[in-house]
Amino acid sequence: MQPILELNHISKKFPGVQALDDVHFDILPGEVHAIVGENGAGKSTLIKIISGVYTADEGMMHLEGQGEVQFNSPREAQQAGIATIYQELSLYRDLSVAENIFTGHLPRRRFGAVDWPMMRQQAREILHSLEIYDLDVNRKVGMLSVGNQQRVEIAKALSRNARILIMDEPTAALTESDVEQLFKIVRLLQERNVAIIYISHRLQEIFTLANRVTVLRDGQYIGTKQVAETTEGELISMMVGRTVDNLFPKLETEIGAPVLAVRNLWRKPFTLGVDLTVHAGEIVGLAGLIGSGRSELAQVIFGISPAKSGQVLIDGKRVKINHPGDAMRLGIAYVPEERGSQGLIRQMTVQENLTLAVLRSLTQGPFVDRNAEKTLAQQMIEQLRIRAYSREQIVNKLSGGNQQKVVVGKWLASRPRILIMDEPTRGIDVGAKAEIHRLMSELAMQGMAVLMISSEMPEILGMSDRIVVMREGKVAAEFSRAEATQEKVATAMMSEQNGSGDATVIPSQDPTPVSGGMSQQ
Amino acid sequence: MTATTSKPLPQSEATPLGQQLRGLLAFLGSQEFILALGIVLLSLAVYADNPRFGAERNLLSILSNSAYIAVAALGMTVVIITGNIDISVAALLGVLGTIAGQLAVHDYPIWLAWLAPIVFGILIELFIGFLVAYLRIPAIVATLGMMSVLKGGLIFVTGGAWIYDLPKGFFLAQRQPLGIPMPIYFMFALTLLMAIWMRYSATGRAIYAVGGNREAARLSGISEKRILMTVFGINGLMVGISTILFATQFTTIQSTVPPGVELTIITAAVIGGVSILGGSGTVIGAMLGAILIRTIQSGMIFVNVSAYWLQAVQGLLILLTVLVDIFRRRRQMSAIGK
Repeated sequence: MQPILELNHISKKFPGVQALDDVHFDILPGEVHAIVGENGAGKSTLIKIISGVYTADEGMMHLEGQGEVQFNSPREAQQAGIATIYQELSLYRDLSVAENIFTGHLPRRRFGAVDWPMMRQQAREILHSLEIYDLDVNRKVGMLSVGNQQRVEIAKALSRNARILIMDEPTAALTESDVEQLFKIVRLLQERNVAIIYISHRLQEIFTLANRVTVLRDGQYIGTKQVAETTEGELISMMVGRTVDNLFPKLETEIGAPVLAVRNLWRKPFTLGVDLTVHAGEIVGLAGLIGSGRSELAQVIFGISPAKSGQVLIDGKRVKINHPGDAMRLGIAYVPEERGSQGLIRQMTVQENLTLAVLRSLTQGPFVDRNAEKTLAQQMIEQLRIRAYSREQIVNKLSGGNQQKVVVGKWLASRPRILIMDEPTRGIDVGAKAEIHRLMSELAMQGMAVLMISSEMPEILGMSDRIVVMREGKVAAEFSRAEATQEKVATAMMSEQNGSGDATVIPSQDPTPVSGGMSQQ
Repeated sequence: MTATTSKPLPQSEATPLGQQLRGLLAFLGSQEFILALGIVLLSLAVYADNPRFGAERNLLSILSNSAYIAVAALGMTVVIITGNIDISVAALLGVLGTIAGQLAVHDYPIWLAWLAPIVFGILIELFIGFLVAYLRIPAIVATLGMMSVLKGGLIFVTGGAWIYDLPKGFFLAQRQPLGIPMPIYFMFALTLLMAIWMRYSATGRAIYAVGGNREAARLSGISEKRILMTVFGINGLMVGISTILFATQFTTIQSTVPPGVELTIITAAVIGGVSILGGSGTVIGAMLGAILIRTIQSGMIFVNVSAYWLQAVQGLLILLTVLVDIFRRRRQMSAIGK
């Protein structure tokens, strides 16, 4: 059979990152072809090229019946019969189901008036063709469940006669019965020769649904397998198969008493009974997929979205943290995930950013003590080797790595005992990365308790004394530095423990040991 | 400290000369300097056409007339720096002026007539602050509502009657210690005070931080709610003082809302360089903005241009300033490749 879509030698570069490097992909009519890879492997970039959001720097895209194609906008891709359903559904909540299905190509009568009866009729026909009989086409989409919204999104794609349907993490927000429904629809579409590109972190789904699977890693094409001929284990090792290089100057430290402990911490929907301890001098790596609740846990601990129940203990004493100010007074610092939107005040100078979190303590009488502020800023600039021409430089003009150092410096200035770092080295160059790792390691050696959230496996393995894996809002597994391997951690991150992906939530008591965690093998 | 990487230590202090040059360039490119230059050049141009413009009396009256706008613009600037706005200031000015006038004609002590607008100004603005900070009503909506309430309330209560026969001691704005009109002292003193406070106090810094990046400020332990309350409170204080300067300059108080004054105040703040998106701006700029507007107004009379053009000129100034701001921003963004 001829592939309906074929991509060869696709490369795409963003400033500082080679997002895709010589990637191959093809899909047959009526096939479900899954794309898997770690966070940052290039899956999103690849589907964005196929759907016309990005254009590739190099490489060719061949579409059956149209030959060589290049899409300059999502609209062009749509017209070529490629529809995409993103994780964030793109529906108009205040319009009806029928209107949403026909957005952009409403059936018209004379003088351009909308043909409402025709539109409702056609909307019903499309839904019936998907064996959906219980959806009123006049209802507002905002009133529907997520599962039903997704069905509307699929119907919308079909109304444009999509030949290729891209689904990005379609089950991430669905309940179990909705997942069943979705699978049924996917199989229906398959029978009609629609090609489906399916992206999911849940390997289980891939084994139930897909015909073939393509693995990406660090923007590279690793390989394509027939699902029937591969195993979960093989896919995982293809996804993570990298060697940890010497980016990680981890120093031996003496692990002291527990400093931070959380017990059965709850805040729906992402923190579902978490237990975690961080000791003095210890770096705990918090691993997990996007959406597993890692960042949310950090935000609960830091008081950004305070816990609804459960305990936070500092030095064994129970504390109450209701907002970031409380956390700061208790000696907790939080280097947030997004340095741009959460870390920096872009219009301000390096110095002003560095001292922002401790201004109160630098204030004498009505005014900030300028000399003390200068001294502190200078000290941070030197300790972190921030490369700026002056303390007074606007922080926006620094490189990404130096901006990140400013964010870290801001929190070190508060002399914390507990440092939470969320993706501390994302999107910065290798040199700055190594420097931040060195700093982290030194801080731990001085007795700081460090909780590091990271999506980069080498960083997790390279820097952590202990690795805690989260999945679906709970701690799924825990490894010592010695016992951790990429495969073990990745397995714990990805595998479903109870076969069907039970979405109902039960309070957890203890961290579940990893053994027996993989049900597919 | 282990030196694992061999890169040189940061060059944190440039050479003194380079530093000075940078400082000088930054000063020359600042909104304040451009405004001051604009005021001087404009004055010289009008003076060349009509030397009577340069009379001491006229120059003092330009400054004196700028004062109540400038003082209100100080508060407005602080509000805009946090990314909010207050379009009810003119209505508030009218209401507070009437309160002051009524107290004065009913034989209450003069100091009470002066204090009342400040107290009520702060209270009303704190209420707006509450709506914005705690009930999360967008400032433009909250102040639009407040504007209607104040305007309607004022007409309802006073029936639009003017206040005459104010006691002699009431007219603060007409006093001229050392031959200089009182409002000018207020304008410069308050601007200086606010400038220092905004620049050197922790709260001032926090105000910029909230406007620059609300989320980052919150994560740094700054309470956005408290900052918003503070900012609107300050605005109330400034509108209160502005009211005194405004209401005590003529022998009657009109008991109506002075039309279009909120726009003049916002214009002063915006051409003073405050970013309408929040995060940057200075109070000195706002004061200079007010003076520039008054200079243009006066200048137009001296060169015989109809005063009706003033609105249009003000509008053009706003557009021009915002345009310059956008270009500046864009250049900054492209410099970091975003």
